[in-house]
Amino acid sequence: MNKLFFPRLAIVLLAAALLAYPLVLSGAFYRDVGVAFLLAAISASAWNIVGGYAGQVSVGHSMFFGLGAYTPLLFYTLWGWPPMAGIPAAIVLSIGLSLLIGMPTFRLTGHYFSMATIAVAELIRIFTGTWDFVGAAIGLQGPAIARGWWDLTFRSELPYYYLFLVVLAFLLAVTSFIERRRFGFYLRAIKASERAARSLGVPVRRTKMQALALSAAFTSVAGSLYVIKTGFIDPDSGFGILISVQMVIIAALGGAGTLFGPLVGALILIPLQSATNTWFGGGGSGLTYILYGGIIVLIARFEPGGLFDLWNRLVSRFRSSKAFRAPPYELRNR
Amino acid sequence: MVVLQVIVGGLLLGAIYALFSSGLTLIWGMMNFINFAHGEFVMLGMYVAFLVVVWIGGGPAIFTLTAAFALLLLGIAIYLSLIRHVIRGPMLAQILSTFGLALFLRYTAFYLFSANFVSLPQTWLGGTVNLGGIYLPVAQLVGGVLAIVLTLALHVLLTRTVMGSRLLAVAEDRAAAMLMGIRPDRMQMLAWGLSAGAAGIAGALMATAYPWSPSVGETFGLIAFVVVALGGFGSVIGSLYAGLIIGLIQAISAFWLGAIYKDIVVYGLFVALLWFRPQGLMGKA
Repeated sequence: MNKLFFPRLAIVLLAAALLAYPLVLSGAFYRDVGVAFLLAAISASAWNIVGGYAGQVSVGHSMFFGLGAYTPLLFYTLWGWPPMAGIPAAIVLSIGLSLLIGMPTFRLTGHYFSMATIAVAELIRIFTGTWDFVGAAIGLQGPAIARGWWDLTFRSELPYYYLFLVVLAFLLAVTSFIERRRFGFYLRAIKASERAARSLGVPVRRTKMQALALSAAFTSVAGSLYVIKTGFIDPDSGFGILISVQMVIIAALGGAGTLFGPLVGALILIPLQSATNTWFGGGGSGLTYILYGGIIVLIARFEPGGLFDLWNRLVSRFRSSKAFRAPPYELRNR
Repeated sequence: MVVLQVIVGGLLLGAIYALFSSGLTLIWGMMNFINFAHGEFVMLGMYVAFLVVVWIGGGPAIFTLTAAFALLLLGIAIYLSLIRHVIRGPMLAQILSTFGLALFLRYTAFYLFSANFVSLPQTWLGGTVNLGGIYLPVAQLVGGVLAIVLTLALHVLLTRTVMGSRLLAVAEDRAAAMLMGIRPDRMQMLAWGLSAGAAGIAGALMATAYPWSPSVGETFGLIAFVVVALGGFGSVIGSLYAGLIIGLIQAISAFWLGAIYKDIVVYGLFVALLWFRPQGLMGKA
């Protein structure tokens, strides 16, 4: 039997499950969770390109998410355009912003990049809150009633679910394509050792820059999708630090730098989040973030490779000690 | 006269920025490691002071020392249980560890103390003094001056004592320091204790003069980044100058542009620094 048979079967089953999910579990709550799961998976997979594969840990990706969310509604407010029309402009803006951050910080060590991302995201959040042109602290509102299908304002969750699923599938296809190309090998080489990669002729800065721009573009699309669904955005729900946190934790929990890691992370975390919010009511959101912080620390301390890595090690241990046993994470990914 | 008052007020707050930022720069200098939870250490220092006042009714001297000691122990505990392990791991683990810690501490504080602003009750540091026409709250004046003294003391400790030489030796070359009979692990633990302790004292000093809520940790953490970036990563004396400058810039921009713009100006300065002078004022790299 082909070695790839089981992984392929798993992917087909996963796709079938995702396609059937809202039809089988058609309650409003389940569909809500499903849509939230897809959105989280898209954002985290977008983060994964630069944070996981290239190992450049951004903790301010909400800046791209927020740009993606604000631009469509700004166009709608100014000129009455359908929100969809703002997506390309948002992508261009996000790529521009990513260049602005990447150019100076990618000359320095990775810590500078992390600090710059968190500071710029916070700068934009505070600035947006004071800028009347984009609604200041109140934010912006989208079309309340659809003027036509092009406004993408539906009463049912179902169209959103399948729209998001298509985007997620596309993003994963792009990521898997990259994974197998020269670019993907460059990214992993940079993550393993920047100095070694450079000495072997990898164009380190340019590659990191491209990864960040690609990641920013997809994160911006995630923001646009979010706002098309909710029809409302304010500084905290667009640029807030918790938006960035969610991307990081989901990718890291599943396995940063793996294709399906963010999906696994979202599969665990989003239902957990919905459950804590239901159990503890409104006051639960605080507890959720305590839990988030705790999970992040535990991942960093014990399983920096995420659940995927843990699984691989368990499997290889199970398959007898004589055969290949995956070395601990640190040895492979330093 | 108002302008002079604004300037002095900014410098006094800047002195406290310098004190807690010197803790961040110490860790960076020792082990090339950014502590994303440093602002939360400051915030915890404030709440330790608050609890001491509420529970025991201690005065400024008692709650400042308690905050310093409590945070020193916390810093050591965090080093031993977390940092020592992730420092050998991948970049992702290093950044996530303190980032997750920051979230955990911040939201635990929200949970325990609620999001409301609190301030300490009046102590013998209450009231104002008149310094040649400038009216200053005594607490601000004492806190600022003490912060400058302590930052200078940390600088002297690092540059003029045997312990400081050991710390710097580990920072310079871990392996060589080990051959000279210095235990790097113990020195790094000490650095984490000193760093968190400095944040704790700074928090307690600020608590006497300004109201706060659990969310200040995020702001102070970012301010510490800016101060350290301006002063040069790893330079305590650089962070003293930079802290004073940042405090001054904040006070002036709050005065002329409005209070909401003071953070925008400071973070904007940070981005500009990364673009044009990433090594900071005193840095060499």
